Amino acid sequence: MAIRNFWSMAAAAVGFRLVLVLFGGDLHLASRPEVSTPLTSIRRLAEGYWLKQASMSPYSGSMYHGSPLLLLVLGPLTNKRSVGHHDHIYCSLIFVAVDFIAAMLIRATGRRLQIARNRNLKSLELTEAVSNSVNVSAGDIASLIYLWNPWAIVTCVGSCTSPIENLMVVIMIYGACSRLAPLAAFGYVMATHLSLYPAILIVPIILLLGYGPDAPPTKVFRIKSSSASKTDVSDNDKSSSSRDVQQFLWKPVFHFILWMLFWTFYVLLLSSIVLNKVGGLQEMFEKTYGFILTVKDLSPNIGVLWYFFAEVFDFFRSFFLIVFNMNIVFMVLPLAIRLKHRPCFLAFIYTAIVAILKSYPSVGDSALYLGLLGLFANELAEMQFTFFLFFGYIGVSLLSPVMHNLWIWRGTGNANFYFATGLAYTCLQTVLVVESVSSMIKHDRKLRLLVTA
Amino acid sequence: MAAAPPALRRLLLFSLLLLASVAAAAEGEEEEEFTEELLLRPLPDRKALAHFHFRSSAPPSAAAGRHHHVFPKAIAQLVQQFHISELELSFTQGRWNYEQWGGYDPMSTNYAKPPGVELWAAFDLPLDEIDATWKNLTHTLSGLFCASINFLESSTAFSAPRWGFKLNEDNLRYGALPREAVCTENLTPWLKLLPCRDKAGIASLLYRPSIYKGYYHSQKLKLTSSQSFGIIIDQTLTVVLQPDNFRGQQLHSTDGQLQPSWSMKDLFNRKLSGKCRVSKSSRVFLEIEKDIVDKSGTEVSWTNELFVLSTAPDRVLKELNNMDAQSSSLYEYDVSNYNNDKPLDVGITWKLPLIWSCTPAPYHANRFLMGSGNERGSIALSFRSTNLHKQLFGNSNDCSIKAVVFQVVPWYVKVYYHSLQIFIDGNSKAISELVDKIHVTPSEDKHLPGTLEMLLRLPCSMESATLSLDFDKGFLHIDEYPPDANQGFDIPSALVTFPEFNSSRSYPETDTLSVSRLLQTFKEDGVVKSYTEVLLVPLTTPDFSMPYNVITFTCTVLALYFGSLLNALRRRIGEEERELKKAATKRGLIPLLIAKLRGKKVDPPPQGSSPTSLLSTKLLLKVVFVVVVAVSFHYLSNS
Repeated sequence: MAIRNFWSMAAAAVGFRLVLVLFGGDLHLASRPEVSTPLTSIRRLAEGYWLKQASMSPYSGSMYHGSPLLLLVLGPLTNKRSVGHHDHIYCSLIFVAVDFIAAMLIRATGRRLQIARNRNLKSLELTEAVSNSVNVSAGDIASLIYLWNPWAIVTCVGSCTSPIENLMVVIMIYGACSRLAPLAAFGYVMATHLSLYPAILIVPIILLLGYGPDAPPTKVFRIKSSSASKTDVSDNDKSSSSRDVQQFLWKPVFHFILWMLFWTFYVLLLSSIVLNKVGGLQEMFEKTYGFILTVKDLSPNIGVLWYFFAEVFDFFRSFFLIVFNMNIVFMVLPLAIRLKHRPCFLAFIYTAIVAILKSYPSVGDSALYLGLLGLFANELAEMQFTFFLFFGYIGVSLLSPVMHNLWIWRGTGNANFYFATGLAYTCLQTVLVVESVSSMIKHDRKLRLLVTA
Repeated sequence: MAAAPPALRRLLLFSLLLLASVAAAAEGEEEEEFTEELLLRPLPDRKALAHFHFRSSAPPSAAAGRHHHVFPKAIAQLVQQFHISELELSFTQGRWNYEQWGGYDPMSTNYAKPPGVELWAAFDLPLDEIDATWKNLTHTLSGLFCASINFLESSTAFSAPRWGFKLNEDNLRYGALPREAVCTENLTPWLKLLPCRDKAGIASLLYRPSIYKGYYHSQKLKLTSSQSFGIIIDQTLTVVLQPDNFRGQQLHSTDGQLQPSWSMKDLFNRKLSGKCRVSKSSRVFLEIEKDIVDKSGTEVSWTNELFVLSTAPDRVLKELNNMDAQSSSLYEYDVSNYNNDKPLDVGITWKLPLIWSCTPAPYHANRFLMGSGNERGSIALSFRSTNLHKQLFGNSNDCSIKAVVFQVVPWYVKVYYHSLQIFIDGNSKAISELVDKIHVTPSEDKHLPGTLEMLLRLPCSMESATLSLDFDKGFLHIDEYPPDANQGFDIPSALVTFPEFNSSRSYPETDTLSVSRLLQTFKEDGVVKSYTEVLLVPLTTPDFSMPYNVITFTCTVLALYFGSLLNALRRRIGEEERELKKAATKRGLIPLLIAKLRGKKVDPPPQGSSPTSLLSTKLLLKVVFVVVVAVSFHYLSNS
């Protein structure tokens, strides 16, 4: 059941972005704390490029913390000004294209998942039981969510570099879903290079490459095959084929690792060429990864860590840095064990967790995981609290700018008001993650019950 | 005054003189020298400028533990300890008014200083030792002058300008504390460096209530040291005072334009009764600006149709000027000719209403902040032409004037240097057209301040130029805010130098033996400089009372995330349902306890004794294991 007006709606989304970019004037989105973080801000990138042009290291000072490759690509565009438009219009135009590509890749990923799902349901002979209740084209929904998500639009128009980071993550997931090891490795290396946190996505990527896209748990197939062999011995080849689906394939994983090493080497080589004579890789790692991990910039964002580290006593700082950074890693293994049969969903959960716990979160990260959430529209149809979550997200995104305005611009509110919206936002995301995980587990259980019944 | 009988004083003095002469004979021709001078000048806006200048010099000495006669030992030790080749420390309250008080004379270029404390020092040391030495120096000076100069110790407070401040080979450090309040507790230690303190000589005029009442107060210590000429310290105090007396006939309502007449007695509430005995020379000058001399005619006598001086000067000096026929004149008084019975009270009485102006700098430089809110803003530096170049170089319009801008910004003002924009007469210009040379040291969070040095070439024909730089305001950790955080933070003054303009003045040397040190400093190279205003940037503050709340709230949310997600992963609904069924059927206490201890692992209800005993042996083994681990840990940690 594909969405009928997909292309017109996608075109409308792109057109809407273009209208905002070309005729919206300067909306000052590039300096909104919700949109741009010290890592993704285009103004900081322009400053880094300026420093590099002045034959200084782009990392001298504390302005630029992004990748040298972005400087190479976007840097020259920040210098060009066109009359009547805002400063970074060319970058914004690039980001419109980037967003469109990302949406298309999400759609293609959705197609892959859909095919796999239909095949699995067929092999479990559950097509009627499940598909009659819900069967929408998840890829179309996901890409439309990504295109029409106000946060994605704001991020794109505000021209910060997070659309590129998002694109890399989507490329990685798409490449892994379609078992294109070089593409997956490229996305993985670039995403990690740009924002470090996607490094934990190696687990779902390897699972995707090894087992293939999402499927019901192996146990269900085993039950199915045993019941099938009990009832009908002659129908043996079907059950064996369904078991073959779950076989771990080492070859694409091996390819992936080789390609990953290649791309890593290539990216580092390119970076060192860009930074030639003005700085080194050592400085690059210190100023990008070091800056991410040590939370040096305390300017407000939609997360909670900025205020925490602005207030926490200095002698506890390192302890909490370790705790918060480990918190992301802690959840990797339990989730991987429980959801190893659904690597794509696992990747979505990891992205959401990273968006909650990363040191400089922005709405661009949320736009990515909300887009990916659409891929599981069929599986998560029975999710709880969706009404609460939907209006919670709307409420936070309306309240947060108001509180920021009261605190920063009018001086009538104080930092706690804004921090409260950050807390609420983190809670909402937590509820979303927990609910989607538990409803996915419930869905799998339902499949098992259906098979055993 | 002195309570000692005159005979005793004379004896003391004699013995001192004897000692001095003996010491001088031992040293050879080189000896320590002290001179005191005072320059008074009426200012166009009904105020008066007083500039005290004390110079002490010590000849170079090979030995470290030299005995000093008039030279302050503390300074000599400072120089020796930190290998200082040049040092300048100024304490300033108020701002020099460049428009009214002039910007093109030695006074404004050398003695107009930014508000607060400014310190720079050049060291004669290897480059890697300079930062450490600077830190020690700030602490020493802080103790020496009772000021918080030690705040300049932090690497966020000082910078190493390359050429914008002064040409140097990276051995110069510059720091400024714009908020430092200056008061008598800084003056007293400064006076302690003088041989007569404020007990005798010109320094006795420093009556605190009157000098701190002024509009501008700048006390400066300049130190130069070298192997060839030893150590020289110039201690200067520049004050701009409002003569507050209005003598009888001048209070007439008809001549409101008449300048107030004043004398030393009015300005300082004191008269000068003799010099400091150890000083080599002690002089008072009264300077009359060029503009007045122009108006009073060619004849420069101490009494003319415009004004009359209260005392006849010992000498009249005219500035040697190759460009103009007219130039400022100085009336010199030798303090040694006056004593207690016949005190010196230099003053000026105006006869006619007079309006004159001081020569301004080529451009009036002003700096201000733009934007509102606590997120971002921009710094603007504006130049307004005073058309000085037309007077000096004629009316050619296709020339250009060089201006060097030197600016230090603290790290929490995060300047985007790529956003530099220049407007000439309101029109935006390309940077490359006007900026000849630029050197930027970008600021590093909590580590380095940002430094901007820029050589501009401004066209002569322009009326005004504005430079603007965007910045983001930083957010600090709560410990980094000062106690009065909502007052805002100061950006130190920027310095604008006009290297093509020299404000030095030379006077004819009549007497080679007793050269005036003050006039010597006037003759030294004086590139025209002006300091801009200090800027006050309000920064956002977090809630200072919140740390515990923030820590608990944040940790609660994270615990919520962790706990609920782990719970969702751990839950097995099928098993829970089965367990519920089992809980319905009653069970014994021991199996329940065991089941609990085993982490709710559900097993079939005990049917015989053997599984129970097996369980209990397992349990026993576990307990033994834990005990062994605990004991061994205890043992190991104790040993």
